[in-house]
Amino acid sequence: MSDMTTLSPVAASTARIGRWRWQETAFWLLVVASYFLFSDRYLILTEIAWLALFALSLDLILGYAGIVSLGHAAFFGVGAYGVGLLAKHGIIEEPVLALLAAGLMAMALGFVTSFLVIRGTDLSRLMVTLGIALLLRELANRFSDITGGFDGLQGFTIAPVLGLFEFDIFGRTGFVYCTVVLFVLFLAARRLVNSPFGLSLRAIHNNRLRAEAVGIPVDRRLIAVYTVSAFYAGVAGALFTQTTALASLDVFAFERSADLLLILVIGGGGYLYGGLIGAVVFKILQEIFSSITPQYWLFWIGLVFVVIVLVGRERMRRWARVAPDFLLRRLGLSRGVGGGGSRGGEP
Amino acid sequence: MTNFLTILFDGVAYGMLLFVLASGLAVTLGLMNFVNLAHGAFAAFGGYVCAVLVNRSGVPFFVALPLAFAAAALAGVVAERTLFRHLYRRSELEQVLFTIGFVFMAVAATDYVMGSSQVFINLPDVLQGQIDLFGVGIGRYRLMIIVICGLLTLAIQGTLARTRFGARLRAAVDDPRVASGLGINVPQVFAFTFAFGCGLAGLGGALGAEILGLDPYFPLKFLIYFLIVVTVGGSSTITGPFMAALVLGIADVAGKYYVPKLGAFVIYALMIVILIWRPHGLFGRTVAR
Repeated sequence: MSDMTTLSPVAASTARIGRWRWQETAFWLLVVASYFLFSDRYLILTEIAWLALFALSLDLILGYAGIVSLGHAAFFGVGAYGVGLLAKHGIIEEPVLALLAAGLMAMALGFVTSFLVIRGTDLSRLMVTLGIALLLRELANRFSDITGGFDGLQGFTIAPVLGLFEFDIFGRTGFVYCTVVLFVLFLAARRLVNSPFGLSLRAIHNNRLRAEAVGIPVDRRLIAVYTVSAFYAGVAGALFTQTTALASLDVFAFERSADLLLILVIGGGGYLYGGLIGAVVFKILQEIFSSITPQYWLFWIGLVFVVIVLVGRERMRRWARVAPDFLLRRLGLSRGVGGGGSRGGEP
Repeated sequence: MTNFLTILFDGVAYGMLLFVLASGLAVTLGLMNFVNLAHGAFAAFGGYVCAVLVNRSGVPFFVALPLAFAAAALAGVVAERTLFRHLYRRSELEQVLFTIGFVFMAVAATDYVMGSSQVFINLPDVLQGQIDLFGVGIGRYRLMIIVICGLLTLAIQGTLARTRFGARLRAAVDDPRVASGLGINVPQVFAFTFAFGCGLAGLGGALGAEILGLDPYFPLKFLIYFLIVVTVGGSSTITGPFMAALVLGIADVAGKYYVPKLGAFVIYALMIVILIWRPHGLFGRTVAR
């Protein structure tokens, strides 16, 4: 820590925030362990992996920059169809390159639409994001000679990853591939949000006027983060298509964007792991609900939305902080005084 | 030419229907600043009440319409008092989440109770077929919609602009604190307005079952249309959403007729362009609140 003194205050502060904590190591060790523990459930683990990446992408704009989007599925869908079309017409066969290309397509769309999104009131922002997703769905539906229309894009195969690893029927390759992509992009996002850039996003989120007053170029920062987020969502969509070899119209569906909001709310935004944890919890919930009532699981998902809002996210977060200490005390394993009191000033 | 007039007529009927469906949302969203994505659920509720009354209990259609209004208004007031009231002061994100959850529950519950297939309301013979007016084919049902919705529009406008209740509502919206200081019971005004808006949606749902199609996914399918009417129309007046609904109705019908290949694409693109051009809506106030 002695070399900290030579750094500028900003660098020192970002280095301190960006330090790798033991909980994070534990989290990723758990991810690795899941490969061995649940070796018969790779398909669902794969779904969790791309869903987590998708949620991570929303976290960047919602959790950090505070942009509420009702149409994040637009970028997911562009990534999904992008990779499907590249594979179908044999333009880019290699999955990793195709993944990048599809991500860049979504990124381009994100860049163009970001100008529409940063303008206007919150309400028109909701409308524009929702409208863009619906518009793309309509386009994909109408140009059925390219996209396969209502039946979806079918009849393409995904080449082995890096030319070495064939996608197998049990989804082992798919899972490892998705997890590696998730991890790499997670590291990049972690670097991004702990940089001065990330700090400026938080400043904008907390108080836009003040951020402007201290000289942060608000619009440019929002455009930048929206574009990056679109890239992430595009990659998530591409992973979806590559692991299922299918791209259908429902990649653009409103429900997908809505579920994504729920995932982020379950996990909590603004610390990157929220989307990842939320994806796990959401998938487990979905499995439970659809095993109880296959047809009506939408009802229970809706109930989760309603309960979360009624209980209040702040209150839940407080419980989540206090509960472990409470349990430990009950078990006679007190961690000492002041365990949960670090933010006692909260209402 | 006559063809064009028929399309225009159908478009106007469609637009007026959209206005009645969305006018409640214009009030909650525009005046009360509450993002209610669950508005369509009340419309669907009204539609299903009407369908059950007419098809199963044999209630005459014109009696079932006010009953659909009453049922949806009652559902609205119950939902407002028990649930939605707590959300007025919450952030927009929480309102969005809550109302999405509410819609999901409503969709699944409707599916459970009424089945997933589309429901049709048995119409009386008076309303079926066309009448020929100066060589223009005019659907009787659509003519009835125009008459009913036109009268309702006048009534809404009159209530807002000329009655004591309208003045109270406008005062409560402009500044709730001052309004309550003047002795206006603001929560009551809001609850009444919310219930009335839901009732109108229910009536719209009952009227629109024939044209729009009524199935459990109705609230999600038409959500975007309601939102377009309100945001494009601007939310500070009631004439704005009315004009927007008419334009939307005519554009949608004409678009589907002349350029079926593009379909709803035209509508969405138009909405985005308008929102970029005038973020507060075509007829809205230009200053941010």
